[in-house]
Amino acid sequence: MTKMEKPANFSRRSFLKTGGALVVSIGMPIGAETLLSLNQAFAQATATRPPLVPNQLSSYVAINADGTVSAFFGKMDMGQGLYVSIGQMVAEELDVAFEKVTVYMADTRTSVNQGGASGSTGIQFGGKQMRAASAEARRVLVEMAAQRLNLPADQLTVTAGAVHAKADASKRATYAELIGGRHFNVELEWNKQMGNALYAPGKATPKDPKDYKIVGKPIRRADVAPKAFCTEPFVTDVKRPGMVHARMVRPPVAGASIVSIDESSIKGIPGARVVRENNFLAVVADKEWDVVKAMGALKVQWSDAKPPFINQAALYEHIRKTPARMREEGKTIGNVDEAFKSAARIVEAEYEWPFQSHACMGPACAVVEIAGNGHVTCWSGTQKPHFLRDGIARTLGVKQETVDCIWVVGPGSYGRNDADDCGNDCAVIAKAVGRPVRLMYTREQATAWDPKGPASIHRARAAIDANGQVVAYDFLSKGFSRIDVNTNGSQPRDTLAGHFRGVELRSGDNFGVPSESYAFPSKRMVWETIPPFLERASPLRSAHLRDPVGPQIHFASESFMDEVAFALGIDPIELRLRHVKDPRDVALLKAAAQKSGWETRPSPRKGQTGSTVSGRGIAYATRNGTRVAIVAEVDVDRTTGKIWARKFTVAHDCGQIINPDGLVHTIEGNIVQALSRTLWEEVKFDPRSVTSVDWQSYPILDMTEVPETIDCVLLNYPDRPPTGAGEGAMRPVAAAVANAVFDATGVRIRQMPFTPDRIRASIS
Amino acid sequence: MAKYTLDVNGKPHAIDVDPDMPLLYALKNDIGLNNPQFGCGLAQCGACTVHLNGQPIRACVTPVSAVGDGKVVTLSGLGTPEKPHPLQTAYVEEQVTQCGYCINGFVMTAAAFLRDNKKPTDAQIKQALQGIKCRCGTHMNIFRAVKRAATMMG
Repeated sequence: MTKMEKPANFSRRSFLKTGGALVVSIGMPIGAETLLSLNQAFAQATATRPPLVPNQLSSYVAINADGTVSAFFGKMDMGQGLYVSIGQMVAEELDVAFEKVTVYMADTRTSVNQGGASGSTGIQFGGKQMRAASAEARRVLVEMAAQRLNLPADQLTVTAGAVHAKADASKRATYAELIGGRHFNVELEWNKQMGNALYAPGKATPKDPKDYKIVGKPIRRADVAPKAFCTEPFVTDVKRPGMVHARMVRPPVAGASIVSIDESSIKGIPGARVVRENNFLAVVADKEWDVVKAMGALKVQWSDAKPPFINQAALYEHIRKTPARMREEGKTIGNVDEAFKSAARIVEAEYEWPFQSHACMGPACAVVEIAGNGHVTCWSGTQKPHFLRDGIARTLGVKQETVDCIWVVGPGSYGRNDADDCGNDCAVIAKAVGRPVRLMYTREQATAWDPKGPASIHRARAAIDANGQVVAYDFLSKGFSRIDVNTNGSQPRDTLAGHFRGVELRSGDNFGVPSESYAFPSKRMVWETIPPFLERASPLRSAHLRDPVGPQIHFASESFMDEVAFALGIDPIELRLRHVKDPRDVALLKAAAQKSGWETRPSPRKGQTGSTVSGRGIAYATRNGTRVAIVAEVDVDRTTGKIWARKFTVAHDCGQIINPDGLVHTIEGNIVQALSRTLWEEVKFDPRSVTSVDWQSYPILDMTEVPETIDCVLLNYPDRPPTGAGEGAMRPVAAAVANAVFDATGVRIRQMPFTPDRIRASIS
Repeated sequence: MAKYTLDVNGKPHAIDVDPDMPLLYALKNDIGLNNPQFGCGLAQCGACTVHLNGQPIRACVTPVSAVGDGKVVTLSGLGTPEKPHPLQTAYVEEQVTQCGYCINGFVMTAAAFLRDNKKPTDAQIKQALQGIKCRCGTHMNIFRAVKRAATMMG
């Protein structure tokens, strides 16, 4: 976590005098600084804005002069409607109409670092903080009203943004009257953490869920129309006066360094010039088309680097054979090795998952402007603007408060994509040329050079006794690290700008093991990581890709549960229900079975003839408190090998549901993207570099391949804390499909993705 | 460099550019539209789709010199909040987008398809949109929106 070195420069924070419809603040500074000269009757209110620090209530919520509410959110919505849920939580606690709340997010000028989009914690952690802050704001406002009305606070209540006596609604003071246009000046009890873990509650206790009027309601997003009518810019549309355009030049063989550059090769292109620092190489021109031409025309002699990779066919063998750089054993139950020695039968299998790319819809784009006073502003599509701010400050060697990062919606983000590299690259170029710079990557760079979801193998074993009981379960994940480069761009060592410029590196180690509540007499779960093929500036450096390592691990573990059920000759859900211990997981599995009309029987399905065979498969997983069970129903064309995942039934439990409408859309997006990763996605490479460079060489799911139906069963636990939904439903998809393919064909396929070629080869 | 007067969303725009420059750069930089978008530069994803004389084309690979006096319509010219195209209404109604970067491709392609194909089957709609990428996985919503628009336009 980044520590705040110093309170941010709060004078730069601007404030909205009036609010309006709930829309996301995009891009540009927020309104004008307008402070009302009301008398300062209360210590809790101040005319000048307190510093933007985590332990100040004003850092999260403000009441505007017209009584509308501004919520300053240090996490962000990447397009799933999270901001609506945050607005609901804020409105609920403050007892104001939902329409009165505007959520400002992902802008270092207006919010503290709550972690950006990270780990599906937008509601779980980010919402928790916004809820606590809003509850505290309400408490403070009631206290202020008590003073003004000369009534005890416990005789007051709030209706629609007005505090009034419970017994006499005419004795009232509106929020606007109490503090409108000024700022809260109330200290919170900050846990001294930044990012996801930040928590700073006040003295107030948030509402009892039974009193909710706004939370739990389906409220629609307001950010669709601006996109449909093109009234808001994307990050690609940000323009600054005097701006020049830039493109990066990457080596043809990973690891090669620059021997020489023939700058005369771009001489005829207006304004074209080279920016180089060590092996960091960019071209710049006044016009975008000119820089595209310059990028193609620039003659660079690269060193004769030894190809750093291997033949892709040997990938999984490489993972198997390479000594682990780090090994971590989770909580082991019982004596696993003894149990296997005395087993009547052993079921064992190994599963393989390739590198995958974020492959966002467009290449990353960033604009960086360094003002005359040295202040740096970056406009980026990053999902972690506060961390990108910190990274740019370090890259440029300036103080954190000298830099601001403003998120503007970009071409999607699903973890540590190319946006953070782009922002840092752009800052280096802007400093070198002394003008505002817009840098856009190319399609090839977006697919071939983004940080990759790590490739892995997974080995599972089950010991079965003479009575047909599973007595031991042993699981190993082994793969490239999920943090070879870290999950944000806050350190130059984790960015391509740092790698190419030659900063000291530090590759991190982490992977993971299955997350479920299966109980066996003995159980062992281990992960191991291996070093990257190439330490510096590798197009196969690995990092977080949506639900980091979740799909890999649970493809293996949940396929394996079906393999055990098959070995025992029992129904796959029956096996799970025998061993799942958490009552919420039991309820979940039963809900999925019931809603899908699950027929209890062992797999595979018998007696299917003809070219197309059908099957169904179950898979379940948990994720930081969220649980998801999925039934997939597939058709497999045995001639072409093509799979159509016709229907998914998703039972979803993320505790307290804030917005069921947003939740269903989020689940659908998870399922379809996970299905794409299951059926198509595999980063191709040769010994020299990554060869997946576009949509031909990195195909994804298309419209003709999407399911006919995604049925959701939302299990709501209003009294439980809300957990995340941004990634959980992605986790069991691959295994549910794999189990359905086995049910249909009787063939177990243990290597991803399930392309027609692989399926055809496997079942013939 | 060469001078052109492009007819974009019903208005003439005089520009002086490299004849080989793709139309997309003219629309975004010389004319200053915030749509369509650059996705691949290879005519593989559809994010840059505009209509040229009513037909969807990929602006990222269409040189300005090939546009001539043809009528170019982009997503912002297809409809407005006051006079929305049925697809734009349907997108809002169905709450379609996640990141929204694919919106030019799907809407402009579907607009031409629905204009020419009344009462299409589900399979026909899917086939018509096969070549457009959406990375967020919002296809279920996109499909619902196109179906809704098909009904409105039927």
